[in-house]
Amino acid sequence: MKAIVTVTLKSGVLDPQGKAIEGALASLGFSGIDSVRQGKIFEIEVEEADPARATAALSAMAEKLLANTVIENYRVELVPGRDA
Amino acid sequence: MKSAVVVFPGSNRDRDMIAAIEKVSGRAPLAVWYADPDMPPVDLIVIPGGFSYGDYLRSGAIAARAPIMRTIAERAAAGVPVLGICNGFQTLCEAGLLPGVLMRNASLRFVCREVHLRVETTGCAFTERYRKGEVIRCPVAHGDGNYRTDEETLAHLNDEDRVAFRYVDGSGARTASANPNGSIDDIAGILNRRRNVLGMMPHPENLIEPLHGGRDGRRLFEGILGRVAA
Repeated sequence: MKAIVTVTLKSGVLDPQGKAIEGALASLGFSGIDSVRQGKIFEIEVEEADPARATAALSAMAEKLLANTVIENYRVELVPGRDA
Repeated sequence: MKSAVVVFPGSNRDRDMIAAIEKVSGRAPLAVWYADPDMPPVDLIVIPGGFSYGDYLRSGAIAARAPIMRTIAERAAAGVPVLGICNGFQTLCEAGLLPGVLMRNASLRFVCREVHLRVETTGCAFTERYRKGEVIRCPVAHGDGNYRTDEETLAHLNDEDRVAFRYVDGSGARTASANPNGSIDDIAGILNRRRNVLGMMPHPENLIEPLHGGRDGRRLFEGILGRVAA
């Protein structure tokens, strides 16, 4: 099963990279941008076929490594694949 | 007195650290490769600077999950002093041995220069040879030195006298331009609750003899190495 884990900065955490991207977009003439926050996406293939168990395992991965929960939130999504 | 410098793939200040410890103590530390199955009993463990695992995922994140870190956590819990410099500080935070996290410098630039630090506490072996409030020089070289933590943890660090060093100007004043990375509360280094784990972004190992241009970092090593030798 394929899963997508999205890691984003918690609101209120300073994101200097997002700010720089925001400035670059403005310099390219894109207007009307309120803010840009940068995050990460992990595409993970797992052997587990049971959605609940897969979600639990992926959440544990996010808690232990993929996200630093001091500053980041994460979201786990299962992607229906060929064998679903 | 035996000390160990832990080497991860991508560590690059390990030799500076080994040279500094040998210079100060007269005895070369062990260089312990992160994958070595057993760390011998030592009186001081140092995680040096560098770019372990190329800073993949987050600085220090992968190194912090290496099995050797469990050993280091156990030794720290047993009272063995642990010093993390730069990437070592990032690794200690990622491993949960110190609170908070080191984010990208506010300037988004890698900063390689000399800064001034104010010694905020002398209540640990690392800083006992300094005077409280003393201003020392120290080099920094990092891209991710912007210390961040929540307000509650910050209050604990201050209330429990666990901020070891703050960035200041040459006169000891906290100013925006004296802070090289945007670190909250101008924090350059912190202690754990037990005061035997110190993490700091600056590199005291690079200012221990006149050829370095000064000796301001030397007393940190004299303090901790003298304590564990006693």
